[in-house]
Amino acid sequence: MNTIVSLLQAAICFGTVIMFGSLGEILTEKSGNLNLGVPGIMYLGAIASLTGAFFYERAVEVPNPIVCIIVAFVCAFLAAALGGLIYSFLTITLRANQNVTGLALTIFGSGIGNFFGGSLNKLAGGVGQISVSATSAAYRTNIPALASLGTVGDLLFSYGFLAYSAIILAVILQWYLNRTRSGLNLRAVGENPGTADAAGINVTKYKYLSTCIGAGIVGLGGLYYVMDYTKGTWANDGTIEGLGWLAVALVIFTTWKPVNTIWGAYLFGVLYWMNYYLPGLTRYSQELFKMLPYLITIIVLIFTSLRKKKENQPPANLGLAYFREER
Amino acid sequence: MAHHPQNHTKEPFVRIVKRDAVSPQKAWGIRIIGLLCALIVCAILIFSLTKLNPISVYTSMFRGAFGTVRRSWQTIRDAMMLLCVSLGLAPAFMMRFWNIGAEGQILVGGVATAGCMIYLGDKLPTPLLFVVMFAASILAGAIWGFVPALFKAKFGTNETLFTLMMNYIAIQLTSYFVALWEKPFGSNSVGIINDRTNAGWFQPLFGQQYGWNVVIVLLITFGMYFYLRHSKHGYEIQVVGESENTARYAGINVKRVIMRTMIISGAICGLSGCIAVAGAGHTISVSTAGGRGFTAIIVAWLSKFNPFVMIIFSFLLAFLDKGAAEIASKFNLNDHVSDILEGIILFFVLGSEFFITYKLIFRKSEKASAKEEN
Amino acid sequence: MSNEPKSAIRMEGVTKTFGSVIANQNINLDIRYGEVLSLLGENGSGKTTLMNMLSGIYFPDAGQIYVNDTPVTIRSPKDAYDLKIGMIHQHFKLVDVFTAAENIVLGLNEGGRYDKKEVARRVREICAKYGFDIDPEQKVYSMTVSQKQTLEIVKVLYRGADILILDEPTAVLTLQEIEKLFSVIRNMRADGKAVVIITHKLNEVLAVSDRVAILRHGEYIATVETKDATEASLTEMMVGKKVELDIARDLIEDKARRLCVRDLTVVNPDGITVLDKISFDAYSGEILGIAGISGCGQKELLESIAGLQRTEAGASVLFTDPDSGEDKQLIGTTPKKIRELGVHLSFVPEDRLGMGLVGSMGMTENMMLKNYSDGKSLFLDRKQPRELAERILRELEVVTPGVNTPVRRLSGGNVQKVLVGREIAAAPTVLMTAYAVRGLDINTSYTIYNLLNEQKKNGVAVIYVGEDLDVLLQLCDRIMVLCGGKITGIVDGRTATKEQVGALMVKHVD
Repeated sequence: MNTIVSLLQAAICFGTVIMFGSLGEILTEKSGNLNLGVPGIMYLGAIASLTGAFFYERAVEVPNPIVCIIVAFVCAFLAAALGGLIYSFLTITLRANQNVTGLALTIFGSGIGNFFGGSLNKLAGGVGQISVSATSAAYRTNIPALASLGTVGDLLFSYGFLAYSAIILAVILQWYLNRTRSGLNLRAVGENPGTADAAGINVTKYKYLSTCIGAGIVGLGGLYYVMDYTKGTWANDGTIEGLGWLAVALVIFTTWKPVNTIWGAYLFGVLYWMNYYLPGLTRYSQELFKMLPYLITIIVLIFTSLRKKKENQPPANLGLAYFREER
Repeated sequence: MAHHPQNHTKEPFVRIVKRDAVSPQKAWGIRIIGLLCALIVCAILIFSLTKLNPISVYTSMFRGAFGTVRRSWQTIRDAMMLLCVSLGLAPAFMMRFWNIGAEGQILVGGVATAGCMIYLGDKLPTPLLFVVMFAASILAGAIWGFVPALFKAKFGTNETLFTLMMNYIAIQLTSYFVALWEKPFGSNSVGIINDRTNAGWFQPLFGQQYGWNVVIVLLITFGMYFYLRHSKHGYEIQVVGESENTARYAGINVKRVIMRTMIISGAICGLSGCIAVAGAGHTISVSTAGGRGFTAIIVAWLSKFNPFVMIIFSFLLAFLDKGAAEIASKFNLNDHVSDILEGIILFFVLGSEFFITYKLIFRKSEKASAKEEN
Repeated sequence: MSNEPKSAIRMEGVTKTFGSVIANQNINLDIRYGEVLSLLGENGSGKTTLMNMLSGIYFPDAGQIYVNDTPVTIRSPKDAYDLKIGMIHQHFKLVDVFTAAENIVLGLNEGGRYDKKEVARRVREICAKYGFDIDPEQKVYSMTVSQKQTLEIVKVLYRGADILILDEPTAVLTLQEIEKLFSVIRNMRADGKAVVIITHKLNEVLAVSDRVAILRHGEYIATVETKDATEASLTEMMVGKKVELDIARDLIEDKARRLCVRDLTVVNPDGITVLDKISFDAYSGEILGIAGISGCGQKELLESIAGLQRTEAGASVLFTDPDSGEDKQLIGTTPKKIRELGVHLSFVPEDRLGMGLVGSMGMTENMMLKNYSDGKSLFLDRKQPRELAERILRELEVVTPGVNTPVRRLSGGNVQKVLVGREIAAAPTVLMTAYAVRGLDINTSYTIYNLLNEQKKNGVAVIYVGEDLDVLLQLCDRIMVLCGGKITGIVDGRTATKEQVGALMVKHVD
């Protein structure tokens, strides 16, 4: 029983990171922008929140938890959105190739993350020493009364507020895309920008906003990773990059539907961690188990292309630039 | 045009129109300007981090990359590796097949090579060992390229996402074998393979340790140039990349071309994994590919799939990598600074493509529009 | 109705160029409320471009637009909607995976949340008023063409447009549907709206419009009252001073059957039957014309013969070899297999740069598109293609910087010369052309006619899919008319009249 609970806990923590990542990417892709810079953006969000929290905690004697949360949150969101802005400018305004630009952003973001991550470590006195314990603690605060409800408390109420925010965000995003005018317009931009344009929708504005806000949400994945998952520390081990690509995989897995990320992300988490809990696995066969999320994603990808159900397809104009006067 | 009416209302301040095609010289001129702008921004960044005069930064970068014979050869080794992967990607991208799975194709090629070295290193005579290593790495890469191509050709499955996922399957597969072949126990790495016998290692050529790397990759470069420009296959690839309808009209079997080209693309990437293991690192780990699968996409794309232009871009990126590492160690920074510089350069060169395809028209003053009428 | 109709839109001196192509030159146009204006011109005369500057798709290079006598700048479709201008594009601007209602409210800024019921109510209100029939909850991908067009019109009306522009609205409709559309247009006129119809069909112009504005080769010719106009006078303005086409037409006595098409049926991926049991023969030494409004199965017919189209069971296309007299089945083959069968079939497709040629390649490399794989060598032989390219360049006077310049950079006429030149150089037994002179100037068109006639004299069976009835009637020996995927008649090109063919083009048979 205990192992199952701790597996699920690990899965939920893991899932929250990629849930943020794929929610942001869904918002971006709905506008027709295939941003392969997700890992880079996650890095940007992670390092910015860490840097912000680090300097705040150094500047004051007793860090205020609320301020800690705000500083880290704002830094993560803004830095990530800035990454989205670079991508938007290149692909939307300058019509650069989306795949190549996204990959360049991933290289750039991981460079920034690991460079400053390493430097902060140095400022703090060496590798592995950096810790923004106050901010991390603030992010990991739960409601003690609920968290101590035995198994139920461990399973449902033992997480920081971001884990719940991700679920709420998924629901809001689903509602936004399917129930609001603005969401309808956004989907039209991703499906057929020529039509959206002719209908009087400002295609450029929608693409910019959804890409930048989407990137900001991806950045929250980085924030959660640093503050909750690694408890306020930094290691140049490339984990974020792996999580970023997994978030891209999750977008496909959910067939671009935000609410599906809730269970999809946790499922990915279970699949990723299951190998530690299954008895009788050797260290190397554990590695094979970590393949499962990607394998399943491929299977989903194949099935959606086989069934050709219109509602499950990627946005029709995904990956293509739009130029009104194209003939 | 008796009464040409005056435009009272606001014309947009700037608008974008498509250019007629520009000459290749002008296009490369625009790209070089983009590159220079990028180098300036990089210089500013480096200056703000190190307070070092940008000129001397670039000279010390140059020293880092080419300062000694040994460093030069390391730079050459890295450039050749990157070039090899880019050459593998070129046919796929020319066909407009988004193979972003080179990372995985390199890794499986590397794993296959390492496996041959470990299991057969002391069993086969050297020439046969090399044949088996090459064949295994090529086969592994080809399979990794073929699977997404098969589904793309048969069902139209999105190849960008498929190849991306294949990368991680390859990474986990590599982790599996690294754990399996771990040596010494508990080190979580394979260590240097055959460090005593050197079996399966590329031997020095003309006294140069990386001589074979250069020879093999340059052979592929020439081969790829002729393949793309002068072979019937290359012609088919170009036609399919331009328009599937035209290809069908010309009697080209589009599905077969897609699968065949991806087998070749994957095979060359797999072979570059072999070079990375047998010709450079003599070990295998998940970082054997080291992001080259992604960087190579950019090299291939920016070179417009011309193998000889790829040599230049490969060297540029290898130079940046080595140069940045030099600055990093000199100023006690970490060497991820090279990723940042690489990112900046890519942003600028990608952005410069815009000015090749489009031009900006600013709101005209009366004078300017009068002038334009002439 | 008052004597002085109120001006809705005035365009003065409007010019638009694309690269070096002048699409519209110094155009003046007047659109009035309570009136239907036809914008008449041949294919490629700049009608759609001109209207796209009103709908905000293009921005003019020069000139001024007035709406309700106020100078305006239309920078985007949104500006156009704000000025109550709505355009129904020929290629529908609809999102396939959305419902009708979702498409209608797209981009609207009505405030508040998206209330499906309210939208559905208003849609039904508009439908009732003008006599439409659409289901607000139906997804666009499951609609017929006619339903999609209705949806487009409802969408524009829902937005409260007072000025409606319809681009070739009848091109894809059946006769009954056209009548229905015209009655809707009359309803809208009665409602005081300004309506512009872009068309090149004279009967429609006369049937529905109050005034006609004529464009020719991107230039404004005149605006006339419909009641003062006749088909003859409009034609003259549309095509310029009456050109006696004077296309040579020899009668070749010695004919032999080359193609025997039987029961050819094609169902497209959307499940619509686009060709329905087509049967006909084509003979050497004659030009078989195929007439019909566009999209009546012409494309599918030619592609079926060329081995590019999936056909339904039971179809047969037999090719009779001129040397051996042997019959060869072309159905179920591919272009490559057809070549391997020794069938010399040349095909000039409608989409020149998207199917017939590779835009990014030069003339030389385009010459070998169909026979590059001949021979055993793994490498390309560029010598012969280059010689062929140089010969075509010389003989057909192709204007290009060189045989290696990407053909995409050539003008439309030169692109077509390259394509037709290559197809004829292949010494065909059967030559199929689709809209071979579309968008070409008079001189180039005659070059093409002469080439086709020459082929006919050489004993080639020529199939000419065309849209200009005058050309069809003066060039072809026989004319087969398609309507809605069926053959509505095969007439003799020497004796048939324009009216006769025109009537067959809109004759629906069950």
